[in-house]
Amino acid sequence: MDRGLCFEGVEIRQGGACIVALDAEIAPGEVLTVMGPSGSGKSTLLAFLTGTLARDFEARGRIVLDGRDVTGLPTAERRIGLLFQDDLLFPHLNVGENLAFGLRPGGSRAERRVRVAQALDDVGLAGMADRDPATLSGGQKARVALMRMLLSEPAALLLDEPFSRLDADRRAQVRDLVFGLARARALPVLLVTHDAEDAEAAGGQVLRLG
Amino acid sequence: MALRRPALAWLPALTVLAMLGPVAAGLAGTVAPALGYFPAIGAERLSLAPFEALFGWGGIWRATFLSLTTGIGTTLVSLGLVVLIVAGWSGTRAFVALRTVLSPLLSVPHAAAAFGLAFLIAPSGWIVRALSPWATGWERPPDLLIVQDPYGLALMAGLIVKEVPFLLLMTLAALGQSNGARAVTVAQTLGYGRVRGWLLTVFPQIYAQIRLPVYVVLAYAMSVVDVAIVLGPNTPPTLSVQIVRWMADPDLSMRLVAAAGALWQAVLVLGAILLWRVGEVAAAALGRRWVNAGARGWGEGVLRQAGLWGGMVVVAAVALGLASLAVWSVAGAWRFPEVWPEGLTGRSWMRHGSEVAMTAWETAVIAGVAVLIALVLTVGCLEAEHRYRLRMSGRALTILYLPLIVPQVAFLPGLQTLMLMGGLKSGLWAVVVAHVVFVLPYVFLSLGDPYRAWDPRYATVAAALGAGRERILWRVRLPMLLAPVLTALAVGLAVSVGQYLPTLLIGGGRVQTLTTEAVALASGGDRRAIGVYGLAQTAAALLPFAAAVLIPALVWRNRRGLAHG
Amino acid sequence: MKRLLLALLAVAPVTAAADPDPADWMSVVQEAQGQTVYWHAWGGSTTTNDFIGWVGRQVDELYGVTLEHVKLTDTGEAVSRVLAEKQAGQDDDGAVDLIWINGANFAAMKGADLLFGPFAEQLPNWQFVDVEGKTVTTDFTVPTEGYESPWAMAQVVFIYDSADMAPLGSVQEILDWSQANPGRFTFPQPPDFLGTTFLKQALIDLVGPVDALAEPVTEEAYARVTAPLWAFMEALTPTLWREGRAYPQTGPRQLQLIADDEVDLAISFSPGEATAAIANFQLPDSARTFVLDRGTLGNASFVAIPYNSGSKAGAMVVANFLISPEAQLQAQDPEILGYGTVLDVETLPEMDRAGFETLDLGIATLSPVELGPALPEPHPSWAERLAADWVQRYGTGD
Repeated sequence: MDRGLCFEGVEIRQGGACIVALDAEIAPGEVLTVMGPSGSGKSTLLAFLTGTLARDFEARGRIVLDGRDVTGLPTAERRIGLLFQDDLLFPHLNVGENLAFGLRPGGSRAERRVRVAQALDDVGLAGMADRDPATLSGGQKARVALMRMLLSEPAALLLDEPFSRLDADRRAQVRDLVFGLARARALPVLLVTHDAEDAEAAGGQVLRLG
Repeated sequence: MALRRPALAWLPALTVLAMLGPVAAGLAGTVAPALGYFPAIGAERLSLAPFEALFGWGGIWRATFLSLTTGIGTTLVSLGLVVLIVAGWSGTRAFVALRTVLSPLLSVPHAAAAFGLAFLIAPSGWIVRALSPWATGWERPPDLLIVQDPYGLALMAGLIVKEVPFLLLMTLAALGQSNGARAVTVAQTLGYGRVRGWLLTVFPQIYAQIRLPVYVVLAYAMSVVDVAIVLGPNTPPTLSVQIVRWMADPDLSMRLVAAAGALWQAVLVLGAILLWRVGEVAAAALGRRWVNAGARGWGEGVLRQAGLWGGMVVVAAVALGLASLAVWSVAGAWRFPEVWPEGLTGRSWMRHGSEVAMTAWETAVIAGVAVLIALVLTVGCLEAEHRYRLRMSGRALTILYLPLIVPQVAFLPGLQTLMLMGGLKSGLWAVVVAHVVFVLPYVFLSLGDPYRAWDPRYATVAAALGAGRERILWRVRLPMLLAPVLTALAVGLAVSVGQYLPTLLIGGGRVQTLTTEAVALASGGDRRAIGVYGLAQTAAALLPFAAAVLIPALVWRNRRGLAHG
Repeated sequence: MKRLLLALLAVAPVTAAADPDPADWMSVVQEAQGQTVYWHAWGGSTTTNDFIGWVGRQVDELYGVTLEHVKLTDTGEAVSRVLAEKQAGQDDDGAVDLIWINGANFAAMKGADLLFGPFAEQLPNWQFVDVEGKTVTTDFTVPTEGYESPWAMAQVVFIYDSADMAPLGSVQEILDWSQANPGRFTFPQPPDFLGTTFLKQALIDLVGPVDALAEPVTEEAYARVTAPLWAFMEALTPTLWREGRAYPQTGPRQLQLIADDEVDLAISFSPGEATAAIANFQLPDSARTFVLDRGTLGNASFVAIPYNSGSKAGAMVVANFLISPEAQLQAQDPEILGYGTVLDVETLPEMDRAGFETLDLGIATLSPVELGPALPEPHPSWAERLAADWVQRYGTGD
């Protein structure tokens, strides 16, 4: 498969014991949901994917993204977009600056400003570029975090319980937005969650750990 | 990236070298003359004569005893008071108030606090003046030996008022990492009082974390020079003061005795730490017996009141002392028993103003450069730790404390000689290097916790957005950590401003800071001049703290997410 | 700012040049232009510090020499600094360019070949120095041989608070008074220069002029000559301030004690100090001075140049300026410093002489006639022995 996200013989061990093993393919626009209770190796798998695995783990296997082996690359060069359960908007930057941080380099200042404004407009937050992220509602923050990630033009998405902090009605709304945009851009998505509803909404194959 | 990695990876080693290199070299440079090897004055044969001369000095045993009592006394009282304050009051409004007023005291230079205290408690000082003659009947100051008493009580008082804030903040930092409040609540439901409950449940965990700071206090109190010059006894003086005097003796062979004394001081500190360690074990055993006995104890109220009043006395002593410096700096004639000067005048400030300004500038440059070096090394180490996912071991923490535990007077004289031999000129840069040794540990200790506590997922998110490591450091991590970085800067500046012996010995006299000037003036006893310099010195240490509070508040005034960061 | 830049420049390597020749004064002045002179001088007295600051402004203006006062708590610090540099082989551009020095420190440095010279007697202003009438060519009996240049005359006086006591005529009277008024007298703690001076003064007043004092001390002479002194000290010490269990560390500290009304009597080596201190609020205006009936010790303060100074020309220019009529008049002005001049006022040009003759010495300063002749200092080895002995007896507790 030359498009999509592949895990080839991934196996992570700690002190000899196997924590998690995975062999899977995610086609563009599809979602693979990984479920499991805490301690089942979800976060270890995520750390391996983002390239932030602690030293005392041993990892084998390859991560191939669009035919490119990214296993040994630093996080910044993998082009895997990330959403955590916390929005993790940079508190020292305003909303627009957060988005500009994600936006790929290139283009004039004016062009970049237009793209940031456009992105805000896309998720119904037009004119909020100058706001302090701490003053936004939870749903608004989640949407800014999503757009920040998408502006970095990732080749795949990694979602770590991204909806768990949102209240029930916002939750469905944001979830639909995320999956909709991922599908529209034909991005392979790995969703890590312990919430069956999320898995169901994702619609793809489900893998249970632990 | 591939090229940058090794450079940063070397930084922790470089940092250790920057801290321990001078200490080790200085100790080596002290050992040789102590054993009689000092070619410049023709002493080239190894002998124990310097030690014989040291132990032949009439004051050696008193000075030794004084060093031990001052060190252990200061540490016991300071630690005890901090324990009573925290155990009796943490979580109350009184505690928050006390902490708020005690924290700034940390940055008040030791010498300035000592000057203030000296005038406060002297028989002709402010307290007696306020009560005379109407309450005491004294028309003339009583002939009482209070300041510079032979038992070193005034010296201990001067040290305690500075060490209580230090240990308190160290304790609070340790407290943040434990479940103190819950443990005390549990103990209280079991019928223990607040203080005893805290002592038996929380203190053992806390103490394990503040043990090294306690050793720092012990070693410092045993070997301090500037405070001892102002408040310490003189018949005989403390060992450390006598060592500095021998260093300056026109009879050049006395430098051998000074070196022997320096080694003896180091041995004493080591011995005292071992003794303290034994005391720790004994106290732990006692505590366990107490737990097993299940005794609920008595006197809770008294202990709590003692803690509160003790804390307030510490604050009042330093605050009134500084106020007295301020009044002296503008005083005209001021005779006993007048509480206020007959007139106020700006003459002292005009007289010393330009000199103070120049010295303040030099002080600021030394402190600024030393702190910047320390900050770069610290951030480099912490960043290396983060990027290569290293963990700092307990041993590494000990290394951090080592320059603070080895007495300055034991290695600075040797360092002075070695630096000269190595062709490193005395002067500004040498002083900066020496200051880095003492500034670095404090900057590291101050920045380490917040740096590590920073949520690494911000870095992961930023990296996933395509940001390289440098961009993450400069655009995300450091701006978010602006407040703790500035606090670390302020701590470092205060430490540098307060340094006396490194500036004096390594600067070769060519380098003058507000502290060396103030202590030099102390011998002259011109209180007006001391007032001016003492205040300038205090301001130099306190202003950076004010800036560390104000700057982040201003820069991030529209960023609620950083309001408490 | 200027000082800082110069300090930075001082780090740069300097090529060693041949020492300047004081006989060729023109080239000395030329070489001095732009040099920085680090004058290591005791910094415990505000008035002295101000005077040195004034000297700095003058030599900057007149000769382009930058003067930096390095304030010492003890002159020995500068001596040991030069020694450390010699040990390290730093034989040029050392940290010290000029030292305020005399007595034992001078003897030690001269003996260890740590001084540059001879230069003093080639200074242009040397012609005005009172070589005959004042002890300016010997320093505590040690010949100066041009290795140090005088800049002030000092003579022991006692400062007292006339509101509390009357002048006394001998150290025996001081003892009697102190026994009657315990706790009202003290002196700087030996080996402080002034404290040791008190011991010498007491010795000479008790035993009179003794030839042995002019010679290096011997065991036999020491035991014989000083016995009355120690008997005196045994009687005096318990009657001192704080019963002799604590002492002021320096001379000026005594002034604060008088101002605080803790003591009434203090020793000083500067006849004009009391007047200057009154003007600075450091002493009550009831302070006055007296000398002993049999006279008091006198000596000169000198400046010397270390062998490894990098600014010897500049240092000589400062030394020469210090013995100019202008600087000497400034130093003698009680509002400024109140130090005695080392010059022979009679040899000065008319204008300068008038300045000295019309100078008001001030309310608490004795006239030259009242001061009387200065008694010669004993050999420095006596001072060392006396100080060490005192430390052994009283300075290390019981």
